Amino acid sequence: MQITVTVNGQEHTGEVEPRLLLVHFLRDQLSLTGTHWGCDTSNCGACVVWLDGTPVKSCTVLAAMADGRAVRTVEGLERDGELDPVQQGFVNCHGLQCGFCTPGMMLTSRWLLDHVPDPSEAQIREAISGQICRCTGYENIVRAVRWAAEHPGTLVSGGGQPATEEATA
Amino acid sequence: MTATEERANPIGFGRMTRKEDARFVRGRGNYVDDVRLPGMLYGAVLRSPYAHARVVSVDTSGAEAHPKVRAVVTGETLAGLNLAWMPTLSNDVQAVLATDKVRFQGQEVAFVVAEDRYAARDALELIDVEYEPLPPVVDARAALDPDAPVIRDDVEGRTDNHIFDWESGDRASTDEVFAGADVVVSQDMLYPRVHPAPLETCGAVADFDKVTGKLTIWTTTQAPHAHRTLYALVAGLPEHKIRVISPDIGGGFGNKVGIYPGYVCAIVGSILTGKPVKWVEDRSENLMSTSFARDYHMHGEIAATREGKILAVRVKVIADHGAFNGTAQPTKFPAGFFHVFTGSYDLAAAHCEVTGVYTNKAPGGVAYACSFRVTEAVYLVERMVDLLAAELGVDAGDLRLANLLRPEQFPYTCATGWEYDSGDYPRALRVAMDIAGYTELRREQAAKREHGELMGIGISFFTEAVGAGPRKHMDILGLGMADGAELRVHPTGKAVLRISVQTQGQGHETTFAQIVAEELGIPPEDVEVVHGDTDQTPFGLGTYGSRSTPVSGAAASIVSRKVRERARIVASAMLEVAPEDLEWEKGRWFVAGDPGQGRTINEIALAAHSSLELPEGVEGHLDATCVYNPPNLTFPFGAYICVVDVDPGTGQVKVRRFVAVDDCGVRINPMIVEGQVHGGLADGVGMALMQGIAFDTDGNCLGASFMDYLLPTSLECPSWELGETVTPSPHHPLGAKGVGESATVGSPPAVVNAVMDALAPFGVRHADMPLTPANVWRAIQGRPFRTDLAIT
Repeated sequence: MQITVTVNGQEHTGEVEPRLLLVHFLRDQLSLTGTHWGCDTSNCGACVVWLDGTPVKSCTVLAAMADGRAVRTVEGLERDGELDPVQQGFVNCHGLQCGFCTPGMMLTSRWLLDHVPDPSEAQIREAISGQICRCTGYENIVRAVRWAAEHPGTLVSGGGQPATEEATA
Repeated sequence: MTATEERANPIGFGRMTRKEDARFVRGRGNYVDDVRLPGMLYGAVLRSPYAHARVVSVDTSGAEAHPKVRAVVTGETLAGLNLAWMPTLSNDVQAVLATDKVRFQGQEVAFVVAEDRYAARDALELIDVEYEPLPPVVDARAALDPDAPVIRDDVEGRTDNHIFDWESGDRASTDEVFAGADVVVSQDMLYPRVHPAPLETCGAVADFDKVTGKLTIWTTTQAPHAHRTLYALVAGLPEHKIRVISPDIGGGFGNKVGIYPGYVCAIVGSILTGKPVKWVEDRSENLMSTSFARDYHMHGEIAATREGKILAVRVKVIADHGAFNGTAQPTKFPAGFFHVFTGSYDLAAAHCEVTGVYTNKAPGGVAYACSFRVTEAVYLVERMVDLLAAELGVDAGDLRLANLLRPEQFPYTCATGWEYDSGDYPRALRVAMDIAGYTELRREQAAKREHGELMGIGISFFTEAVGAGPRKHMDILGLGMADGAELRVHPTGKAVLRISVQTQGQGHETTFAQIVAEELGIPPEDVEVVHGDTDQTPFGLGTYGSRSTPVSGAAASIVSRKVRERARIVASAMLEVAPEDLEWEKGRWFVAGDPGQGRTINEIALAAHSSLELPEGVEGHLDATCVYNPPNLTFPFGAYICVVDVDPGTGQVKVRRFVAVDDCGVRINPMIVEGQVHGGLADGVGMALMQGIAFDTDGNCLGASFMDYLLPTSLECPSWELGETVTPSPHHPLGAKGVGESATVGSPPAVVNAVMDALAPFGVRHADMPLTPANVWRAIQGRPFRTDLAIT
């Protein structure tokens, strides 16, 4: 079947099997490999993307269900070469290690901040509780989201810089 | 140090955000499943539904008729290529695809190569396998019963499920101490089977070029060089024609140390079809078939005087290794470094016996941030110390403070022969108790008990043994555990460091650049770290067992110092003075007594590549290589305190606080060290409370998805409270010790000790991990169950 999906603002039309999962459509057909595939059962959230502005687990959404709708992936977080504050927060606060859960975590965090600009630690923990990180023990993810909340303007770096103790300790 | 001061000094050690993050936060990492080659095909593995069964026949005709299928591989196909079995890392063999029997649920039976991943899965359904079910061995404690079915009848003459017996320490002197001790406490305990479950599952893309004979394999490996050598041994391919690339890895935790049948099948698929073949397992396959961890059934005993002086520890272990002995241990140590169960105490004697057995479960046995079974060792001794404290009626913190090794005893040789390099244990425990407010917590607990509220405080003190290791004693399949490093400084002073270890999230591209920066005085951003590609890096055994900093970190330091010495000679030619008249300051050689006369590394690098006449015998350019063979392991340590609240009605455990004081010697990048600790603490809470892979009586794996195998989320984890002490390693060039696994090793006993402390009013002495609500509730009722079997 043919579907048309707007991904990160760009329209894509393609032929898909009705059973094709959205995660595989994004990864294999559109080569947007920032969205990861981790568990098949909606437990890990490595595959989280936005569908019409709401975070969904793309391993349990059919590509066909995205027909005529808008998807936002990690590749759509950066704007004009500038990192989203959430991305910068993850860098500044060491909110990632292996990077596999990171795209999904950042998309959920962006959604949270769009709806709750100044979330408490408990609100952040609840927001990301449907996603699993095996590396960070969640501590620095929480800090990263808090950092993003406190720095709503965009910034431009991205790693390899002196880290502040306030951000990381 | 304040943040401002740190910012002013970006060269060398200190907090620094990670260089690798630039790609990860943009979704531009390059994991194995992101690799896409022209004409690439997809593989899928057919797995056994039975834990133990004879394979009567495998009919692949249906799959072969599928229009998108390019090849179907069976055990028979592989037998024709002499590839049906492959060596494991422990001198056993493992079936790549089953020929005679299947020996665990999820074992690989056939491999399909098709045009896309969905078609490959479809075709698996078209393969018809006839099985003759056999009784499985599920209970490790019954594996050696005389009437137990023999699992490994592929080995001629084998009549039982026994793998090895191994012991350490002095049995006679230990028995003697026990016989004369005032107090002896014993306890059976299980460290249950768990799975590391990195978020990225295992996979490979194999590309065999028939014309050049070169095999390139992108694969999820923590040890690319060891894998290359093993492929040469398994497949008979010449080693120089094999290139193993370990791109970005989505977490390893030991899961990606071994070679799995799927990797070999992908290679065979590529050879048969002439096309690149990708195979990536799904989560259930990962949990059911790849390296599990632990599964140690332990009987511990501790002996002490009535006054509370700990004298000796004695342990007997049945180690469940699954259907094939695929554990990754240094050859001389079939139980890994379990014999560091002597822990952090000055024992007069210690002895352990470990018996390895086969069962009808997935193979493996070492994995999951365990430092070669130090996890089990620390759990055993720290539970025993708590049980002793309960028996003596003394505070568990006081008992530890009275028995911890004292700083002046280092270097300390323990009763099983390890030489602990350095430590100040009482200080670390006091720091942890101060952060926790230990006395106040005990007061609060007493008050709560008055009202029937269950609050528990658990301490653990661990000594790790990491950085394997001295090659004289430590090898895997004959490969000595030393690691290489190569450093090249380009004419403009920018450097490339090539290392043999492979990051799975530990941040090597940053930490190793900082090591070179510290040693050469050039900014870390001027150092490119190359790793994870056997064609581009020197040989070494890879990243696991917290060995990267202790071994490769030392190699990076030494190779930098070699370059620095070369730079000194070049500088001496530039300045027309003798090399011994030069002094070093970060980034620059200068004339002693005349600091204005000097040359920076950048200037020296250019001169080293120029027409400058160099002293006789000195080659041009500015580079060096080294192989680091560690003289000893490093022994990081730490003191952990966990505070829990237990709901007496449901058995639900809430970790309220967790204090972790780690001493891993000198910290190269404290931010990364703390991140490693955070992750390990979450692992520990998960293992103590949630994670566990049990089997039913038919050998069905009961933890084969994330709906059944529960991992901690942000809600189960508290906000970690960290502290540190710094006791440098005397033998490591940077004074650093490994840290990656410390928290995973040290935290489970703190959690379990806390829960047992909470349950003390019910007279509960012990319950095995995972302390799920059902398990805790049953313990309160006095009916604990075995967590390795289906609940009964």
